Amino acid sequence: MNKVVDHVSEALTGIEDGMTIMLGGFGLCGIPENSIKELVKMGTKNLTCISNNAGVDDFGLGLLLQRKQIKKMISSYVGENEEFERQMLSGELEVDLIPQGSLAERCRAGGAGIPAFFTPAGYGTEVAEGKEVRVFNGKPHILESALTADFAIVKAWKGDTEGNLVFKATAMNFNPMMAMAGKITIAEVEELVPAGSLDPNFIHTPGIFVQRIFKGAVFEKRIEQRTVRKRA
Amino acid sequence: MALDKIGIAKRIAQELQDGWYVNLGIGIPTLVANYVPEGMTVEFQSENGVLGMGPFPFEGEEDADLINAGKQTITVNPGAAFFDSATSFAMIRGQHVQLTVLGAMEVSQHGDIANWKIPGKMVKGMGGAMDLVASAENIIVAMMHSNKAGESKILPACTLPLTGVGCVKKVVTELAVLEIKNGAFHLIERAPGVPVEEIIAKTAGNLVVPEFVPEMVL
Repeated sequence: MNKVVDHVSEALTGIEDGMTIMLGGFGLCGIPENSIKELVKMGTKNLTCISNNAGVDDFGLGLLLQRKQIKKMISSYVGENEEFERQMLSGELEVDLIPQGSLAERCRAGGAGIPAFFTPAGYGTEVAEGKEVRVFNGKPHILESALTADFAIVKAWKGDTEGNLVFKATAMNFNPMMAMAGKITIAEVEELVPAGSLDPNFIHTPGIFVQRIFKGAVFEKRIEQRTVRKRA
Repeated sequence: MALDKIGIAKRIAQELQDGWYVNLGIGIPTLVANYVPEGMTVEFQSENGVLGMGPFPFEGEEDADLINAGKQTITVNPGAAFFDSATSFAMIRGQHVQLTVLGAMEVSQHGDIANWKIPGKMVKGMGGAMDLVASAENIIVAMMHSNKAGESKILPACTLPLTGVGCVKKVVTELAVLEIKNGAFHLIERAPGVPVEEIIAKTAGNLVVPEFVPEMVL
């Protein structure tokens, strides 16, 4: 089976209006930027997007928000986006805010065949409303369910033709769990190499979780908060 | 005199212990990293997936793929490790991280904390705060004693939506170090030159004041 596709448009084939899509990344770090730009071109609407953040106004998922392609966001933190705020306050956009660790684990669980799990995070807060509470070792926990998606779109540093992926530094973040939780997982990579070129000892995401892989044409890799120190 | 932000960070740094793994929140907590006591090794964890965080990079050496949870460009120290978000929160939930330092809008005498949402205002989300406060063995809150309107943030009960219940053990403000136990704030130390009466006046929650309250030594 050939997982390699030449162009992003081919990689995203089958994504339709109303689908649920997971997108890797933390802030603007490690986001599948080529695929997001292609989704803008495709004009796919009424998407439910599961992503830790929602981009900024003119980059990342902010681009889809600008064109009102997103019906619902499932995220842990969405603070850097004015258009997001406007759509949320006006009721155009549905938003489900989830503690970051629960979001990560819910994706992992979705990919690992675990339908639900108990976590202490959010107990006693509005996150716990309507959720089963159970006490383990004297401490209350709430029941959280697994998340899956029609498509998961992840971004890796290197990938091979088998779909094995290696991430770089903190650009890993949510990508490995989302790769597991997609019915179809699409990986966009900076370097696409032949099978056998990556050391099997150092694969982060085994190729079994990846159905399509392509080399991204351009990686802008925008920095959200550039912080530096002076040279002595 | 009341402490400034750096003073608060310096006082919290005195709580660090050799070999600890520590998660620092955004704002004053981040400054704690600058005052690790001499001869002590502390590893800083950032929940977006790094252990062994170092200082900010030199100009021109920023790497878009290497950031902290505040989305700032960072560097790593020798011996650092990168990992995914599920592993990161396994470290936090599994209590492998010994100390969490974070900011708050309100703290109650029962150790409840509110720091993520103000009704009627834009809700940005809780990020990792709920996971962090639900599981950390030691949570220190770094905050100002009062809000901008002059109202105490040290309360009998939180009025804002909660981030976690019964989890905060210690609060360090510009005026005092408070320990939370048995449903009350206990005044442990006061900022140099700050009279106990001022702390009593600015604390809305139940405050237990011992006969002698030492000044902080910074």
